[in-house]
Amino acid sequence: MTTTHTPPPTTPDALPATEHAPHNYLNETRGIWSWMTTLDHKRIGVMYLFGVVGAFFLGGVMALLLRTELISEGPGVAKTIGDAIGEGWEDTYNQMFTLHGALMVFLFIIPAIPAAMGNFVLPVMLGAKDVAFPRLNLFSFYLWCIGAFLFIVAILYGGLDTGWTFYTPYSIDESHSVFKGMIPATFGAFILGFSSILTGMNFIASIHMLRPKAMGWFKMPLFLWALYATAIIQILATPVLAITLLLLIAERAGDIGIFDPSKGGDPILYQHFFWFYSHPAVYIMILPAMGVVSEVISAFSRKHIFGYHFIAMSSLAIALLGFLVWGHHMFTSGQSVTLNAIFSFITFFIAVPSAIKIFNWLATMFRGSISLKTPMFYAMSFIWVFSIGGLTGIPLAAIVTDIHLHDTYFVVAHFHYVMVGGTVFAFLAGLHYWWPKMFGRMASEKLSMWSWLLIFVGFNLTFFFQFIMGSHGMPRRYADWGVKLRELGFDEGQIELFSFCHKISTVGSYVMFVGFLLLAYTLAKSLLAGKPAPRNPWGANSLEWHCSSPPPHENFATQPEPNDPYNFTGWKYDSDIDGFAACDPKPLEH
Amino acid sequence: MSDTQAHTESHADEPHAVPLWLLVGVFGLLLVLTVVTVGAWMVDLGSLNIPVAIGIAVVKASFVALYFMHLRWDSPFNGAVLIFAMVFVALFISFSLIDTSQYQGNVKEAGPPPAEIEGLEKLAE
Ligand SMILES: [Cu+2]
Repeated sequence: MTTTHTPPPTTPDALPATEHAPHNYLNETRGIWSWMTTLDHKRIGVMYLFGVVGAFFLGGVMALLLRTELISEGPGVAKTIGDAIGEGWEDTYNQMFTLHGALMVFLFIIPAIPAAMGNFVLPVMLGAKDVAFPRLNLFSFYLWCIGAFLFIVAILYGGLDTGWTFYTPYSIDESHSVFKGMIPATFGAFILGFSSILTGMNFIASIHMLRPKAMGWFKMPLFLWALYATAIIQILATPVLAITLLLLIAERAGDIGIFDPSKGGDPILYQHFFWFYSHPAVYIMILPAMGVVSEVISAFSRKHIFGYHFIAMSSLAIALLGFLVWGHHMFTSGQSVTLNAIFSFITFFIAVPSAIKIFNWLATMFRGSISLKTPMFYAMSFIWVFSIGGLTGIPLAAIVTDIHLHDTYFVVAHFHYVMVGGTVFAFLAGLHYWWPKMFGRMASEKLSMWSWLLIFVGFNLTFFFQFIMGSHGMPRRYADWGVKLRELGFDEGQIELFSFCHKISTVGSYVMFVGFLLLAYTLAKSLLAGKPAPRNPWGANSLEWHCSSPPPHENFATQPEPNDPYNFTGWKYDSDIDGFAACDPKPLEH
Repeated sequence: MSDTQAHTESHADEPHAVPLWLLVGVFGLLLVLTVVTVGAWMVDLGSLNIPVAIGIAVVKASFVALYFMHLRWDSPFNGAVLIFAMVFVALFISFSLIDTSQYQGNVKEAGPPPAEIEGLEKLAE
């Protein structure tokens, strides 16, 4: 185990800016066992990173298959796969979108930023040696692995096709063939929930207990505020998911009438349970993303973040308001009219804290000395796509328009703009931003920029055209969409429009895929042959940039003096190291 | 949430000792309240039945949380967290109940009564 080691002889601050610490967390101990039993938050973060990227890859393959199926009317690639596994092609299609959604939501988006990057960065930002409960941290990672394993069991055991929401009555109906994966998958999501709760607890305890005395609440980097607000949601909301899935399993296995109306249950109750967790979960996905963007925008504008208190408090406001809007997913479910009105009304309010953040970022960039590096490109794309995602949420929050847009591609486009455009772009911003710190290597700026361009263009091609389709009434989730549209009475001219949009959308997804391949190549190349990273390549000032890249096992030999994380005046660009060096021995006080 | 609160709790490591008489006293009070619960069940208060029963339960739970769980001597932040969590549970249950109670009338009007469905199930078997 790694806890018995003695700290490196030199303090990180005494090192020249480019020289690697003789010992860092990567080479401190060797061998797979030292990783599997590590209590080092950085190693756990890196293991999470590889885990979630693996899940993202699987979910992405599903997405590509879906888009390939939809490129034309009638059976396509889903038929090929369906024939191979002995299912009808429509059932196969349903399984594919269910797996795409479940993998992406439960295994990738929810843990991606908090568990991978948060684990790596949070203790270093606090100037601490580790999180408050390192063993619990490793345990959460293993829970994630068990959850992922159960999802694979679900796929191999016969799949499921309810959509990632596991809605009743479909999820308790045993009569259709694609069903056997239901219990392993829900149990997997149940276990993943515990991983998420424990990570949240660990972060809250770390921020309360390990914050240095001199770092008041309003001196923390905004990424920590974002993780704190996220952790509140993880702790308050995720148990409800656990209860929901347990009830579902009990209903299925024990034949109890909770959601089944023929036994006196209420199928709409399931939706209440599910969305009481899953709407707040949207903010588990987006709040850490916003935290990353706050760090990146300020660092690359070389300007103090504008409206620090407002950004910090809006994270809390989003966390709390997020609990009061779950019914906006149920406007057409037969939910009571009173509740529809209440939920619609509160949903409009939640736009306010999000907008506060957007305007504060723009104000930060205003008259900043902006340096256009890859993390900044991703952060600016975040503002662009997330704004589109947020604004298209307004017609979905208004009951009158939602009735028309419900279950169309407009909804699909909207939430992909929020989740991919929001979380994934911020994840990539954070990945490029902290990559030199994590692995001590710089990635090629030129290649990264190209992959950004391909991903950004591909993403917008894929999903913007889905807004057009949706607003013209194209329903979601149909494999055989040509037949369905004719059944709904669309004329051939309209079907031609849909056909065109589907083709563009599919081509867009391929462009995005090429972008991700290039990204993977770029990062792999940097690991093998990248230029060694200086301590502070971007000139940012939160504490993780004060220790070497990669950080030593214990991060800091002595607890560093906290400072204003958004005051960059202490760092000057030094072309010799292609990074920033402290201008004087005590640059960090102000 | 004060800035220094997390660091100034000098007694954080040593558990707070509650005098025995207080624990016994609270235990006695809980027993008395249990008798009150049973008593309230025997008197028909009409529409007040449920509020009274829940009210007594809340008082009992508060004593358990304050004295047996030491919240009275703990940092107020922990108390706030507990109350906050309770508010969220109440919110979730009450909103879901508003919904169920509103459309339950329609369901009863439109659908066959449960007995008939049970009958159908038996036929199917
Ligand atoms: Cu929602």
